[in-house]
This record gives sequence, structure tokens and C-alpha cells, in this order.
Amino acid sequence: MTEETLEKLRILTESAKYDVSCSSSGTVRANRGKGVGNTVGGVGICHSFADDGRCISLLKVMFTNYCKYDCAYCINRRSNDIPRATLSVRELVELTMEFYRRNYIEGLFLSSGVARNPDYTMERLVRVVKDLRTVHRFNGYIHLKSIPGASRELVAEAGLYADRMSVNIEIPNETSLKQLAPEKDFHSVLEPMRFIQQGVLENKEERRHLRHVPRFVPAGQSTQMIVGATADRDRDILRLSSALYARPTMRRVYYSGYIHVNTYDSRLPMLMQPPLVRENRLYQADWLLRFYQFKVDEIVDDANPDLDLEIDPKLAWALRHPELFPVDINRADYEMIVRVPGIGIKSATLIVNSRRFGRVTSYHLKKMGVVMKKAKYFITCGELTSPTVNELHPENVRRLLVPNPRRKTDDRQLTFDFGGDAS
Amino acid sequence: MTVYQFDRTLDGLLTAVFDAYARRSFPDILQGTDAPLPLFYDDLHAVVTDDAKAGRVWRALQKKLSAEALTCVTVSYLSELPELDMHLFRYVCKAVDSPVSIERNFADEDVLFVVNTFRKVRYERLRMLQFLRFQKAADGTYFGMMEPQYNVLPLAIGHFRDRFSDQAFLLYDRRRHYGYYYDHGELTRVSFDERLPHFRSGKLDESMLDKDEMLFQELWRTYFKAICIRERLNPRKQRKDMPVRYWKYLTEKQ
Repeated sequence: MTEETLEKLRILTESAKYDVSCSSSGTVRANRGKGVGNTVGGVGICHSFADDGRCISLLKVMFTNYCKYDCAYCINRRSNDIPRATLSVRELVELTMEFYRRNYIEGLFLSSGVARNPDYTMERLVRVVKDLRTVHRFNGYIHLKSIPGASRELVAEAGLYADRMSVNIEIPNETSLKQLAPEKDFHSVLEPMRFIQQGVLENKEERRHLRHVPRFVPAGQSTQMIVGATADRDRDILRLSSALYARPTMRRVYYSGYIHVNTYDSRLPMLMQPPLVRENRLYQADWLLRFYQFKVDEIVDDANPDLDLEIDPKLAWALRHPELFPVDINRADYEMIVRVPGIGIKSATLIVNSRRFGRVTSYHLKKMGVVMKKAKYFITCGELTSPTVNELHPENVRRLLVPNPRRKTDDRQLTFDFGGDAS
Repeated sequence: MTVYQFDRTLDGLLTAVFDAYARRSFPDILQGTDAPLPLFYDDLHAVVTDDAKAGRVWRALQKKLSAEALTCVTVSYLSELPELDMHLFRYVCKAVDSPVSIERNFADEDVLFVVNTFRKVRYERLRMLQFLRFQKAADGTYFGMMEPQYNVLPLAIGHFRDRFSDQAFLLYDRRRHYGYYYDHGELTRVSFDERLPHFRSGKLDESMLDKDEMLFQELWRTYFKAICIRERLNPRKQRKDMPVRYWKYLTEKQ
């Protein structure tokens, strides 16, 4: 552990940071006396937040950023002239353990460029996680990237030590993927996903008969898609996510607003700013799919292939379906109440519980944390007097709810243009 | 107007409930003994905390409420908020009076207040698990200090004990002047003379640190800087998720 490690850590972190996933949830790993650490499950623990506002839960680092592939969107592509480094297994293990003991991290997120061949790289990744679990008895969270093209045996071994494994799809349709990453196709991504899924399902079956069979990737798998690098619509992205969620082990799909890292590549769009609003809307739609029992066709369809950037997807859905509103807070099902814009899972649970004791009024709703500014057009609860979406018409409600662009200049102030910079 | 004074413990509050039923006079104001009295009042009652009385009220509560709701009562009390006292007092009275459990009637102001306070305390506990940082001392003890908003150390200590069971550590709440020292399965509550320089700054002196400690702190700071994507800078969100009041003891923010 020297100054040299410091430089390597910097290089390999810079290379790894475009991976979005950083969750440490989905599984519980108890510390039975002799080990180090535990995994608490539930919501996971974020130990810090970087200047870009993203959480730091795991030590997200690459094993090496040498890569034999040349994917257009990737910072680590072969033809990029960036500093390259490789951490040794010992360095990685020591870093993880020492950071963990100081309560800096929940565990390790290890990925890697493909050096030499997939099996060579995967074998080294497996050695790191095996060392952590068996030699150091580490019970923290381990998220391991499965290298596309790695052999099934290596994936099967990795799964015994990792909590979560992931393979990134990156580009939501195969033609664009082939265009941007000539060495990859959907098969090379879906194949390792299938390995993981089969491993988990077989393991589940085995554990039904024998209690002491070690768990295999207990926190399931995740994947990531880049948003804005290709011409794909939100409809394509969300349909793919929804199909992935239908698979038994897929827990999370992450969306990563494309950042124009390889400016010289003409196959990619020139983006001044990463599409952050679109990314945010996609996450909102993702939440609707996972927690609000929405079907993907309700959120985007052929008539509306893209999400509305000005209003959130639930509000957009509600405005397209005014016939379902207003909802009576005191009678409607929970499933319908969570579909009201401005009411989330938490406040819907509070409402359903409280109305057994008496009528719930708008005063109560406000106290419970319902966003009445939105919800008032879509509900009735006895005394509420505001007009509903049907009386006002959806377009007008939309106009009321879209945030006004803040005026930059003051009309009352006379300004002179002196030309040039007056600063 | 009736004023009850009590010692601001949970047992004191439960005794106050007992006294109120015994005296058939319910307080309009419930306050700590050191808080200034209102200008006008008719009746002042000083509650003397009594374990037997508090125990009777607690057993009555146990009959009426579920285990989760009882946890909610005890945990919310760790918030030490003065405005919680009256809400919790009425919560207990309502729970005892009602033939069915009132714990899920969130339309009731007192129930909602107690539940929301419970949520805040749980969140502060999570913050402690997130933002506590250990420094390794030369003798191998890990030292961590914080100033949590609420008294959450008792709720968080179990987590640290389980997670770092093979290392000796000292966890200190600077605001409430106590902490826990853990070594090989034994947990001791400790208080120190806080005039020592490292209690004031939260940083151990370099002579007291393990020889590699500075290097690992530097590594962590390097990592923290490198992980940020500069095209996406968002200091507002950073401060929302990691409020500035915690930065004082964060290694990466030094």
C-alpha cells in the first residue's frame, strides 16, 4: 500500500464511475461471531454522497482498465489514450477491508475491462471475491460484474461469493449495439444473464432439499442502459426493462444519461449536457413498473413513444385517462389510490389504514404528506371544493401543474445594451 | 389551566399519565422541571417518577397496542423533542381509553405526530450508520465521533457491535457527552473529559494514529474526488442527502 496505489485507485475509479449501480440492498448476511462485517438488507446504507449527488455505498473500482474491446460509448475503449492501470488482488482486498473497517463503505463493486480474454479477467475477479470471503471472512456486500464471454464454470464460482452480479446491456436495441460496439451483440449480454439466472434457480431448488447449500447470488442481478446515445425512444427502453423485470432474478435496471466522453466519435450524438431530466423520468417510470403495478403500455405506447419531460409519468397517465377520476379517497381500492398523482406508497398506506376509524378529509391528507397541489384535481373526499380534472379539462390541469419557467429578467427594470462584456 | 412538571424521562411521562387518571385532572401543559412556568395557571402538579406506576401504565399499553406500536412509543421518545411530550401523553391516554387499538388511526393528530417522530428518529439512526467515520489509533482502537440530532446511539450501537465484532472501537456522542467502548464482546458506556483536543475537533492527533491511517484517509479522499462525474455536478442534491451538519466529522470533507 503506497503512493503508487493512490494513483492506481484514482485511475481505476475514474474508469469505473460511469457504472450507475451502487445499491447494497436485497440480501441479509449476518455476522456469526468470527467474521468481519454484515449486510443489513432493507434499504441499504449509503455512506457518502459525491459532489454530483450520487451515493457512495460501495467501493466502485475496476480491476483493470485495459480493454481489448472498442465500444464507442465507453471511456475505457482500446483506442482511447488514457492512463491505464491494474490493481493486484492483494491491493484490492486490503483496500476493501481497510475502508470497510473505517465505516467508509458497505462493500465492493468490482468490474473490469477485458484484458487478454474474458476468462483470464473473470478468473482474477473471482480470486478477489474468494479471498475476501474465505480468507478474510468478509460479510459485507459484494457486487461483481460478470464479464461477457466468461465461461459458465467461472460464473458459477463467482456466484457463490458475490451478493449481486450484473451484466450491462448498455444499448437497448441490437442494431445500434452492433453499430457502436462491433465486438458485442445481444447474445453476448443475455448469455451471462442466463447463466446467473439458471444458477440462482438451481440453487433455490437445491436449498429446498438441503439447508446448508451455500446461497448463489442472493441479491439477484441488475443491468444498465445508456440513455441518449442512440435514437431509441423511451418506449423501447421501458419495454425492454419491463421484459427484464419479468425474469425471475432481475432486481434493478439502471438508466445512465449519456455523457459525451469520446467526443471524436462521429457515431455518437453531440450532447452538451447529459439528458438528466429524461433519465429522471425513466426512473420515475421504472418505479411505476416496480411498485405501483403499472403496465408498460400504460406509461408509453405507440401514440406517446416518449415520456413527457415537463410532467411526471404518473401525472401524464392520469391526464390521458380523466375518465377514471376523481377517486373517492374514502372508498376506492388501495391500487387506485396509489395511482392518484401526488399520492405515493407511504401516504396511500396511511389513508387506507386511517379510514377504518373515520372519514379522511383533505386536512388529514395534507398532514399525511399528500401533495395536494397535484392530488386535488383527482380526488374527492367529502368537503374538498376544488374542481376535478373532468370539470377543468386535462389540458388546463396540465397548464396549471407545469412549473413556470422562472423569469430571468425583471420587466420593470430598464436595461441598456452597451455591447461587449460589461463585467 | 393545569400544568404537570416531570423529569422528561419516559417513565416520568407514564407516571404523569397514572397521576392524571388518579387525580382526575388532565394537564394542559406538560413540561420538564427546568422549563419556565407559564404566567398564569390554576393547578401545578409535580410528578414524582415512580417505577411501579409507570409499569402499570406500560402493562395497560401492552394490552392495547401491538409490539411495533410500543417500539414506536419508546423510540420516538429518544427524539427528546419537548413538543412530543404532550402528543405522546395524549397518545397513551387515547390508547388506554379506546376499546380498539388506535395505533393505525393516522388521521388522529397525536398518532400521526408520534409516528412521524418515530420515523425521524429511525432516519437519524440510519444517518449515524451512514456518516460515522472511524480513525484507527496506534493501539488498534477505532475512534468515531458524531453529534446526532436525536439520541440515537442506543439504537445504532447494536449495528456497530455486530458489524465490527472483532475490532475494539469507541463511539462517542459529543452532543450528549457519552459513548460506548466495545472490546471483544464487551460493551461499556463511557464519558470523557471533553477538554482534550481530539474531543473538541473529532480528529485524533497524528502521534496517536496508526502508521497507515493517514494513507487510508488520503486514499479515501482520492476515491471520493475521483468517483464524481464533473458533467453532472449537483451540490444541492449532495447537501440534501448529506446535510452539512454532518460534514464536521467526515473524513472526505476535511
